[in-house]
Amino acid sequence: MAVGVVWRQWAWPAGMLRGGRALWALRGPGAGVGPRGRGGAAPGRSLRVAAPRSSDVFRELGPALSRLGQTLREQLPGPGGWDPQWSPQSCPPPEQADVVVVGGGVVGWAVAYWLKALENQQHGMRVLVVERDPTYSRASTVLSVGGIRQQFSLPENIRLSLFSAAFLRNINDYLWVPNEPPVDLQFQPSGYLFLASQRGAATLEAGVKLQRQEGAKVALLSPSQLKAKFPWINTEDVAVASYGLENEGWFDPWSLLNAFRRKAMSLGVLSCVGEAKSFITPTEDEMQLMARDRVKYVNVRLPDSPEQQPIACAIVVVAAGAWSGELLATATASLPGGSLAPLPIQPRKRYVYMWHCPDGPGLECPFLIDTSGAYFRREGIAGNFLGGMSPPEGDEPDTGDLEVDHDFFQEQVWPRLAHRVPPFQTLKVRSSWAGYYDYNTFDQNGVLGRHPQLQNVFVVGGFSGHGLQQAPAAGRAAAELLLHGRCSTMDVGRLAPGRLLHGEPLREAAIV
Amino acid sequence: MRVRGRGQVAHAQCAGAPAADKMAALRAVLGGRGGGQVPVPPPSSLCRGASAWGALQSLGQWCWGGEVAAAWAQRLRRLRLRRKNEYYGLTRERYGDNLAAAAFTLSCGGGVRFKDRDLWVRGRWRPELLQLRDVPVVAVDLSGSQLTYDGLDNLVQLRELQHLDLSGCPHVDDWVLGRLHVFQGSLLELAVARCPRVTERGLATLHHLQNLRRLDVSGVAVPSPGLVRILLEEMLPRCQVLGMEMDGGPPPERGEPPLSAWTPPPVTLGALGGIKSTAGAAPAEGLGFVPWAALLLSLQVGLGVN
Repeated sequence: MAVGVVWRQWAWPAGMLRGGRALWALRGPGAGVGPRGRGGAAPGRSLRVAAPRSSDVFRELGPALSRLGQTLREQLPGPGGWDPQWSPQSCPPPEQADVVVVGGGVVGWAVAYWLKALENQQHGMRVLVVERDPTYSRASTVLSVGGIRQQFSLPENIRLSLFSAAFLRNINDYLWVPNEPPVDLQFQPSGYLFLASQRGAATLEAGVKLQRQEGAKVALLSPSQLKAKFPWINTEDVAVASYGLENEGWFDPWSLLNAFRRKAMSLGVLSCVGEAKSFITPTEDEMQLMARDRVKYVNVRLPDSPEQQPIACAIVVVAAGAWSGELLATATASLPGGSLAPLPIQPRKRYVYMWHCPDGPGLECPFLIDTSGAYFRREGIAGNFLGGMSPPEGDEPDTGDLEVDHDFFQEQVWPRLAHRVPPFQTLKVRSSWAGYYDYNTFDQNGVLGRHPQLQNVFVVGGFSGHGLQQAPAAGRAAAELLLHGRCSTMDVGRLAPGRLLHGEPLREAAIV
Repeated sequence: MRVRGRGQVAHAQCAGAPAADKMAALRAVLGGRGGGQVPVPPPSSLCRGASAWGALQSLGQWCWGGEVAAAWAQRLRRLRLRRKNEYYGLTRERYGDNLAAAAFTLSCGGGVRFKDRDLWVRGRWRPELLQLRDVPVVAVDLSGSQLTYDGLDNLVQLRELQHLDLSGCPHVDDWVLGRLHVFQGSLLELAVARCPRVTERGLATLHHLQNLRRLDVSGVAVPSPGLVRILLEEMLPRCQVLGMEMDGGPPPERGEPPLSAWTPPPVTLGALGGIKSTAGAAPAEGLGFVPWAALLLSLQVGLGVN
């Protein structure tokens, strides 16, 4: 066997054919190895005219091993590339998980990542992310315009955005995975420019004062200063403008989502494809041991099948974005004790248009939000711009599909933008798409905390258009709440869902 | 079960790990990273044997312990960088902004020039500099230093800075350029040549510096240098833009950064099959047409023998 061992180590490092190789080596290096392995006939054996009566192990070993080799070659990668039959998409969900995160958007994966990053013991908890659409065709994350700003009127929003900006700046400290290329978000630090007319000037100035107190770098500009900085703006009926100088801009949402997902999976987060359909609370006889308002199982319907898999869990995090309200309503509909108060998070459709204007603003173009609510930003350096507008209250488009209303641009958005930026009078629309805001109809601010009526359900959502930029911070706050019981990095206690039931709205003035 | 990299798992399979571990490893490979990624032996990373980072990377491909070692090395590197860019708060309190900025710059290996003095101050800190406590710093040369976003805290207080040289700094990126707006009142010359992380997105934030007279952007990698130069000249009409030639040749090579915190070798396992790539990723070069070679190479990705 010594010869075989030496042969093995020199020619082929240990492989699954270790045994076979050794035996072939014994017969000598000249033995036929390859697709037509003819290890059976040793040289010098006489011809037989009749079939052998007894089976000879060594004679049959050769063909058996070559058949084995053939089977392996078919299974394992050939020149075409790796094509596993068992992709994560077809994995059935596990039967038990400590934390089930419903929703695989940027918020869901951020919560999963932070849960793993902050846990005390490596692999201390099993976190599962359930996403119903792995192509993300309707997810708000990837259809987002991708801006980040600190110009809010609520201190909690400013804090969340500041934390997220610091996170994005040092993203490779957090989300870099060894052996993988570094994360590149394509961040454009061009800042947001809010214009205010006489009516909104006081609100804007109060907002800027608050933002500066929280540590954001925002400048107030008079119309003449505005004109000097951005000569292409028509400053008619602009009373004051606020311009974010640092930590504001836009980036690529796909890169952030993939970075979170890649790092979370490298830390051991499991993921499966499926739709969470209902929650199951303990039955009557279990209720002596467990409180009635705890969720014991999450029923996940597998893709393309009516089969439902119950997943036993300790904590459920609802990060389903625009469908959080609907999910909680259907999931808790069949609970004993009547249905719960609905969560006021609904999808609202918003359109984004991309156009080309060769004479438009140059490299200095910020993310501009007009007094009328219309907004646009530069996209790339070739004279393309992205923009849109939130429709007025009461005129909301139907959320059934993601079809784009081009008349909305022609009649509402374009006139307002052309009035503000005269070069936009000649432009050519290149493309457009629609996406959903996870709109909090109560007060248009994020909801972050324990569900008021279910003990182990956490809700993270309802950000109404600024979810992507606050996702890293919201994920961290949710993870700290879950692991430590309180959020120590930033004070966002007021965003708990309790306020939705007890009726104290926290209004945000700067919703775009 | 810890999800390991593809290379490490394959090696665990080869190394005769117990059966349960093998199955868990296989599940981790298939279930953890997503399908459609081709395990490719890294052809060039082993050839960079000279650099310690390259050796550590290849160690990481040999065994899963290497990955942990790589992560720890990364953490140490970050700590060292953070210490180099510390905030000179005490110096600033005692001796003022100018001396704090001078002390920081000298500690980074750069040079400062004070107002109405022609000589550059470089090298070690000298006690004579304390006499210049109230003299503003007008020029800072931090070329080739390890300056980061946090290190700029020491410089943003300078109100009369006229010349700033950040050429060849491996950690100066678009975020750092976004912070230079504080010098808009005084800055006349800025150099960001050969900074590998600066892109046209960072250059777009320089529109605040309307007093700028010279801007050196040679060696900055942008998609179309001619167009970016025109846009920069429109954005800063009184400024002379150096570098980024108009003849529109191929974009200049990104400057090779020194051993820095997050610049991996050119080709890594992940480079050819990131999460965004589709399931039918490009077949690996180097896998010959002999099926046996393909079979065994796929099993021994971690070995890296070409």
